[in-house]
Amino acid sequence: METFGLLFHGLGLALQPMNLLYALIGVTLGTAVGVLPGIGPALTVALLLPVTYQLDPTGSLIMFAGIYYGGMYGGSTTSILLNTPGESASIVTALEGNKMARKGRGGPALATAAIGSFVAGLIATLGLAFISPWMVKFALSLGPADYFALMVLAFVTVSAAFGDSALRGLTALFLGLALGLIGIDLQTGQARLSFGIPDLLDGVEVTTLAVALFAVGEALKIAATPPEGEERIEPVKGSVWMTKQDWARSWKPWLRGTAIGFPIGAMPAGGAEIGTFLSYSTEKALTKHPEEFGNGAIEGVAGPEAANNASAAGTLVPLLTLGLPTSATAAIMLAGFQQFGLQPGPLLFATNAPLVWSLIASLLVANFMLIVLNLPLVGLWVRLLAIPKPWLYAGILTFATLGCIGANPSPVELALLLAFGLLGYGLRRFSYPIAPVVVGLILGPLAEQQLRRALAISQGDPSVLVHSPAAIILYTIAAIALLLPLILRLRGKGAVLKAMQADED
Amino acid sequence: MSGGGASGRPDRGGLVIALLLAILAAVIFFSTRAMPVTAQYTRVGPTTFPYAVAAGLAALAVGTAVSALRGGFPEREPERLAPVLWIVGGLVAQILLLKPLGFSIATGFLFALTARGFGRGPLWVTIPIGVVFSLVVWVIFADVLQLSLPAGPLERLVP
Repeated sequence: METFGLLFHGLGLALQPMNLLYALIGVTLGTAVGVLPGIGPALTVALLLPVTYQLDPTGSLIMFAGIYYGGMYGGSTTSILLNTPGESASIVTALEGNKMARKGRGGPALATAAIGSFVAGLIATLGLAFISPWMVKFALSLGPADYFALMVLAFVTVSAAFGDSALRGLTALFLGLALGLIGIDLQTGQARLSFGIPDLLDGVEVTTLAVALFAVGEALKIAATPPEGEERIEPVKGSVWMTKQDWARSWKPWLRGTAIGFPIGAMPAGGAEIGTFLSYSTEKALTKHPEEFGNGAIEGVAGPEAANNASAAGTLVPLLTLGLPTSATAAIMLAGFQQFGLQPGPLLFATNAPLVWSLIASLLVANFMLIVLNLPLVGLWVRLLAIPKPWLYAGILTFATLGCIGANPSPVELALLLAFGLLGYGLRRFSYPIAPVVVGLILGPLAEQQLRRALAISQGDPSVLVHSPAAIILYTIAAIALLLPLILRLRGKGAVLKAMQADED
Repeated sequence: MSGGGASGRPDRGGLVIALLLAILAAVIFFSTRAMPVTAQYTRVGPTTFPYAVAAGLAALAVGTAVSALRGGFPEREPERLAPVLWIVGGLVAQILLLKPLGFSIATGFLFALTARGFGRGPLWVTIPIGVVFSLVVWVIFADVLQLSLPAGPLERLVP
């Protein structure tokens, strides 16, 4: 098996002291931002882009991936103890987890979440390692027209398939596409939509947009929303260890959650949230203790938590092998690759194999670090939840603007930050999803490139776009993804889709 | 189809969004049309994609207007304006003060005005806290991680 060799080689690189340090920084930061409500892995990776500009590419990417994994672990802690999900993929965990905590079973809830995340992370990372070479082979057979079809599919699934309104999802996507137009056209060198402002010639910085939408927009929204009652942090009483019965009831949901989460993350379907909802309803259907669901059933924590970690690994499959981001965090990680002049995709596996494989291997390492960080040290993270909101958001905005100023200390950049921040507030106020804007900004120019490349090869004949079977299949799936939710909504099943809205991470 | 809009009244916020989308579509359309187009050997040049995006936005503007008239937007809770203004004020203060006074003082104002937006004051206490906090952040990021952050009178005191 060639994959084993590559993976072991990658493991050797990942275990080098500097890379271990980057992984440790990544998972620690990731857990912290996962725990803190209001900031997620997407924002954190965006903030770190300018800081890592001068660092080693492999190390930085290991750190970013660690943040992504860490965010998935940390989010569960907040969901269970505070009933406010720390990040969007942990919404379901709050349903049963918080009930368990209120009954004094917070310890086992945290344990099944952490161990489930570990099991899922491990299996899914191995899945990533073994599926990637196959995907690379498939990707190499695709032409520019197929790539364009693939991106159209990603656009549809990220914006229109889930959430409560295809109209609002598509609007958010087109806002991102419009922002992606700004700057110099790569093929002809012509300036587009820059209105004579030199700062705009390079286009809109991903860091600025992501930080503005996620940090500034979120801070404005939270500040504007009148407070409702006191939030209560449930203390962790008793042992964090699970009883024999807890183990017996957890291990199957862990495996099922992994089996659900990984493929959903790997499909261009966006977001870790969808897998968590599916896992929750599966566990609810299969459980031998249906009366406990809604009152703190351990299966309802174990399954979704495994699913969200598995889908984080799954998301890396299209990102690494196709260069296709299917979530906001993945989109920003793509920007991280581009910052170092690397383009994820099948060629990266050929030209930069050590980097790819040490990144994948470091995810295995990160998983071991995370289980230690999140189980014995959980008390430490709980204290983060006690930071009062004024200081928390003042601090978040300090770091948010720091990232932007570090990337480009110009008043125009900060004015854009403010403008996009207000946009982010407006989007939240009117229930528009945020992720499609970010994905549109990053994926839009790439899709345009593929489209023009395809049409240049065919000398302008548009029928080339539907010439290959792969493209036809992809367009068919995209059409289904666009129309099926419409039909479901018309038949009054919209509530299910609304709950599955892919938002931040 | 019977019924349609449940609430009956048009949603004014939704109509404003539809208008903004239409304006954005028009801006992209006219600015693309004004682009000097050099001789092209393919029919798909730098203007194709912008036209497509403009068309998409125009269609979405119409869709949004229809949705607003039918009451298709989710209900919104009333929100408070004052905290938003405090935070926006903080960001504006930072933009204005960054060049003349440096990172720490400018960001200190942002810190304090944000905290004020969340109801924590008074400013004569929180501004110094913010400035000291930002100075510590500046030292970590500018000195240790070598990020280029604008220096002012305070930063020059740091050896």
